[in-house]
Amino acid sequence: MIGQQVTGDIMTGLRMAGEVRRGGFGLALDFSVAPGEVLGVLGPNGAGKTTLLRTLAGLGALSRGRIELAGVDLDDPGRQLFVPAERRPVGLVFQNYRLFPHLSVRDNVAFAARARGAGRRPARRRAEDWLHRLGLAEFADRKPAQLSGGQAQRVALARALAAEPGLLLLDEPLAALDARTRLEVRGELRRHLSAFGGPSLVVTHDPLEAMVLTDRLLVLEDGRVAQQGTPAEVARRPASQYVARLMGLNLYRGARGPDGVVALDGGGVLHSAGGEPAAAGKVLLAVRPSAISLHTEQPRHASPRNVWPGTVTGVELLTDRVRVQVSGTPPALVDITPDAVAELDLAAGSPVWLSAKATEIDCYPDPR
Amino acid sequence: MSQTERTELAAGAGRAGPDRLVTGRGVPPLLAAPAAIGFCFLLVPLLALLVRAPWHGLAGLLADPAALTALRLSLECATAATAVSVVLGVPLAWVLARARFPGLAALRALVTVPLVLPPVVGGLALLLAFGRNGILGRYLESWLGVTLPFSTAGVVVAEAFVAMPFLVVTVEGALRSADRELEEAAATLGAGRLLVFARITLPLVAPSLLAGAVLCWARALGEFGATITFAGNNPGTTQTMPLVIYNDLQTDPEPAIALSLVLLLVAAAVLALLRDRWLRTAGTP
Repeated sequence: MIGQQVTGDIMTGLRMAGEVRRGGFGLALDFSVAPGEVLGVLGPNGAGKTTLLRTLAGLGALSRGRIELAGVDLDDPGRQLFVPAERRPVGLVFQNYRLFPHLSVRDNVAFAARARGAGRRPARRRAEDWLHRLGLAEFADRKPAQLSGGQAQRVALARALAAEPGLLLLDEPLAALDARTRLEVRGELRRHLSAFGGPSLVVTHDPLEAMVLTDRLLVLEDGRVAQQGTPAEVARRPASQYVARLMGLNLYRGARGPDGVVALDGGGVLHSAGGEPAAAGKVLLAVRPSAISLHTEQPRHASPRNVWPGTVTGVELLTDRVRVQVSGTPPALVDITPDAVAELDLAAGSPVWLSAKATEIDCYPDPR
Repeated sequence: MSQTERTELAAGAGRAGPDRLVTGRGVPPLLAAPAAIGFCFLLVPLLALLVRAPWHGLAGLLADPAALTALRLSLECATAATAVSVVLGVPLAWVLARARFPGLAALRALVTVPLVLPPVVGGLALLLAFGRNGILGRYLESWLGVTLPFSTAGVVVAEAFVAMPFLVVTVEGALRSADRELEEAAATLGAGRLLVFARITLPLVAPSLLAGAVLCWARALGEFGATITFAGNNPGTTQTMPLVIYNDLQTDPEPAIALSLVLLLVAAAVLALLRDRWLRTAGTP
């Protein structure tokens, strides 16, 4: 019944423009998601990601603005309109799954149909179809406590999908899984999201998850959109320190003069020959940690135009390289090989020189 | 069950098992002596009941028609009072645990008054409310022709009045700590509030509801003061076991002791039944 309605108006997707205020916290967003599109919502803890999902699901209300799904208004405080959660065609997969512990997997998945008044038998039959589709048929009689993390995640997804929602929300769908299961479920989840015809939102703070699962990213910081774009764009040209750290990039904010030299806000200057030559005024500079070299002495006949002194503050072994934290103006994260660490005799407190080629420094306008 | 396991695991992980307990092993004499006396004080009367029980004639005493009548009446009334308490008490517990309106705290306190009120006072209060000239009782009588005092229904009313708070308090605590997240999940799946209550909340608090009902039933079974005040002491209609025990004691103590044994047995059974549930809820906030 709801599926029908959604197919009719599906072209309009989801649109939210509004604010949620609670205590000192505020969330103010204006965005839309097209049918079939997967929007990733990335952001640090406390940025308002969960509040956003709850507001869309009807577990919380807007203070101002409007939420519209498939041409139907769900929340509009200006018109005293609020469709409660139980009457919204919105499926929410919770981070901790929230499977009903006293019901079998089959009855968990049949719950939505039963809630809408379907008989026990047809509801169970439909639930079994969904379990089959998600490869869970053999677990139908189990209780949630008898499932592994990956299985529980799939059951939660099956339960949400079985309600035939017009909008699908996933709150950190893979966060509760161990690394190996995550890999496996991630690929599957991508398939199911593609098969889902309506708009969907995936909240995450894992950049890889965002890359694999989503078509577009919305970076949320302090209740506001800090950046929007395709996952590749966001990863290559982060607009905030949070995203830069997540993506493993050095990010500097500064002002670019007519000579092309960028005076950094935090002190120091960098020459950039990468990125948009037209960019002037407020700019961001992104530098990969592997594009910076370390030296024990000031490099003299060096080709790089950027050379500056610093002090090692930390050395951390990553899987195949060593990440060196260097303070200086500007500070930087530098990736070098384990051999180089030994050769340079690096430890916390070691004085070093840093160098970076101007062509390795990507320069782009600061969206702020 | 899983909670017990978790507690045990946690205890194991914390190395707090009995064999690892290092401090607090010895009990200071200043505490040991009163503790021992206190224990005996609680135990000796029960032992006395067992020692002095007329074991030889027990079967005969309990097969006595008067005793059997009182026993059946007691069981019926306690069960009816428990049913009334469940039907009225569970919704009340839900309101106390979940609703938000001014005066809720006062309401919650009022509900627990019968827990601490002397039962005789409760019985008197019931008379003033539901007695023939009571503020409600007079209308019950003139409009509906219902007379509660000194009737079997009156026994049920008196017992429910005294015992229902046990159920309300137990269920309210469970509702308060019940997983609201699951209720939210049910709402996102299209379940309205009543359906959420019936299909999610109630099954989740079922163990507490059972514990509360058993507690309520046990309390109702032993009710004396409110019953004798409000319902009187008529053999066959309002004379429950505790009243028979009190009556018999004036003349012939042997049947009284025999019936007391039955009640002691019931109490022990209730304790055994609730051992897991009640002691655990009492131990965790």
